[in-house]
Amino acid sequence: MITAASGKVSEIASGGEGIEQARNDFPALAQDINGVPIAYLDSAASSQQPECVIDKVAQYQRHDHANVHRGVHTLSHRATEAYEGARDSLVAFINAASRSEVVFTSGTTAAINLVAQSWCRPRLKHGEKILITHLEHHSNIVPWQLVCEQTGAELVVCPIDQRGEIDVGNFLKLMDDRVRMVAVAHVSNALGSILPLEQIVAAAHERDIPVLVDGAQAVPHLQVDVQASGCDFYAFSGHKMFGPTGIGVLYAKESRLDAMPPWQGGGDMILEVRFDGTTYNELPYKFEAGTPNISGAVGLGAAVEYLRALGMQNVERHEVALLQYMVEKLSTIDDIRLVGTARNKASVQSFMLGKIHPHDLGTILDHQGVAIRTGHHCAMPVMDFFGISGTARASLALYNNRQDVDRLADALISAREVFA
Amino acid sequence: MSSDMDDLRDLYRELILDHAKSPRHFGKLEDATHVAEGINPLCGDKLQMYFSVDENNKISDARFEGSGCAISVASASLLTETVIGLDTERALKFFAAMVSRLSGRADEAQGEDIVEEIDLGKLRALEGVKEYPSRVKCATLAWHALNSALRDIRQPVSTE
Repeated sequence: MITAASGKVSEIASGGEGIEQARNDFPALAQDINGVPIAYLDSAASSQQPECVIDKVAQYQRHDHANVHRGVHTLSHRATEAYEGARDSLVAFINAASRSEVVFTSGTTAAINLVAQSWCRPRLKHGEKILITHLEHHSNIVPWQLVCEQTGAELVVCPIDQRGEIDVGNFLKLMDDRVRMVAVAHVSNALGSILPLEQIVAAAHERDIPVLVDGAQAVPHLQVDVQASGCDFYAFSGHKMFGPTGIGVLYAKESRLDAMPPWQGGGDMILEVRFDGTTYNELPYKFEAGTPNISGAVGLGAAVEYLRALGMQNVERHEVALLQYMVEKLSTIDDIRLVGTARNKASVQSFMLGKIHPHDLGTILDHQGVAIRTGHHCAMPVMDFFGISGTARASLALYNNRQDVDRLADALISAREVFA
Repeated sequence: MSSDMDDLRDLYRELILDHAKSPRHFGKLEDATHVAEGINPLCGDKLQMYFSVDENNKISDARFEGSGCAISVASASLLTETVIGLDTERALKFFAAMVSRLSGRADEAQGEDIVEEIDLGKLRALEGVKEYPSRVKCATLAWHALNSALRDIRQPVSTE
């Protein structure tokens, strides 16, 4: 058991052995579904929470809750410490330059909308462009479509190939002198492709174009260092990284945040309110209007400490091996078609099995305790590209093991029997 | 197949699998008088339902096209077999009976009456979805489309 709840970095994890035991830290994984132990392969939709996160949130709710940043009493002080302590954990986890650069949001979606509305909307002019890729999640498409509608700017989409990769040369060609923002996924949620951030960021910065990275599918699986990546904005969600729902982060370079007006007005984001003009609070509070999701942030902080204790290098190593095992195992099944075969991939594998509709697969697998996601994965343009309405998708997290993958393969074989 | 797969056979009965693999009346009906689309955006099921209603208010032909899971396609196929030859009022009673039966709301007064009056016959093969709440929408999709298609002709009748 990793004792991340106490905020200490456990010694167990330093050697990497912690990973094999980590599954036992997740109470939801100890249950039976339809009479058999659960094989949870849907962490790309939402991950389970370890005991230390659940306990930390419960402890906060039971003993430490009050509003943050505004009381002189003991509980308010404790709540503020817990909330800001979580921010400190995140700063260290992603290697932000300072705590001013970590803004709590309700999730990745809110973080991207914040950048679209606060950075892009005041700046974009008619005929200017925002460049994205074809493999984005809807939450990294629609916020840009909205700001394009509002400003007359144009959304440019870099194509993908049959493997689910983008051609970097092509991407750079599309980055012409009218592009004002580049927004890309770090890891595709539907295909698993890892995008070449380094090249994209370097090329964009040569042209003074800011880069936003949708990191929702990367943070739970890869070691993310926002300073090393050089990106301007990096958005991610708590519930995909073993924390609660309704909490997420916008990382942004301080210089960018300084140049952005507040997106929402309200309490906590002000220094002084007068009817003839209001002074905004310092960073990051300028972007945290209203009472925040304090317990969510506290839970996310505990999840981050848990991951730091395990070591993201260990998590990554474990998952790379397991993904390879899963791809090999799935490839042996007759009539399977793997969707998303990028050479550099993380954590997910989409597939079709013969003519069986993904939804039927989902039901048959659930019947055998195997939880996967089926459908368009909030990436309809990706499905259109492959000429399908949806896929079945198995996604891995640090707590999965080879038995989970074997269970998936066995369940797929019996699905073929049902539809034989 | 192992015994724990047996209750799965309650959902995927032979009749369902047969209609899913070889849907009846599949394709476009060129001279349709009533058309409706059924979309289940969550799963990507998309069905286009076509009906020809003659001067005696009888459904003379029914067809469908589109794509969906085994349950939604089988349900649409069985629907076409059921409603051809029925008058529209009777077909709508089947809609009400199917929705109340499959969604487990047969205890509602109106639903109960209709369920008692209508003999669902082979449509009972779809009753397995009751145990799978997330799949009820798949089974009722075509029936909701039938309802909205036929309501177009009922509307003028009710305003008279």
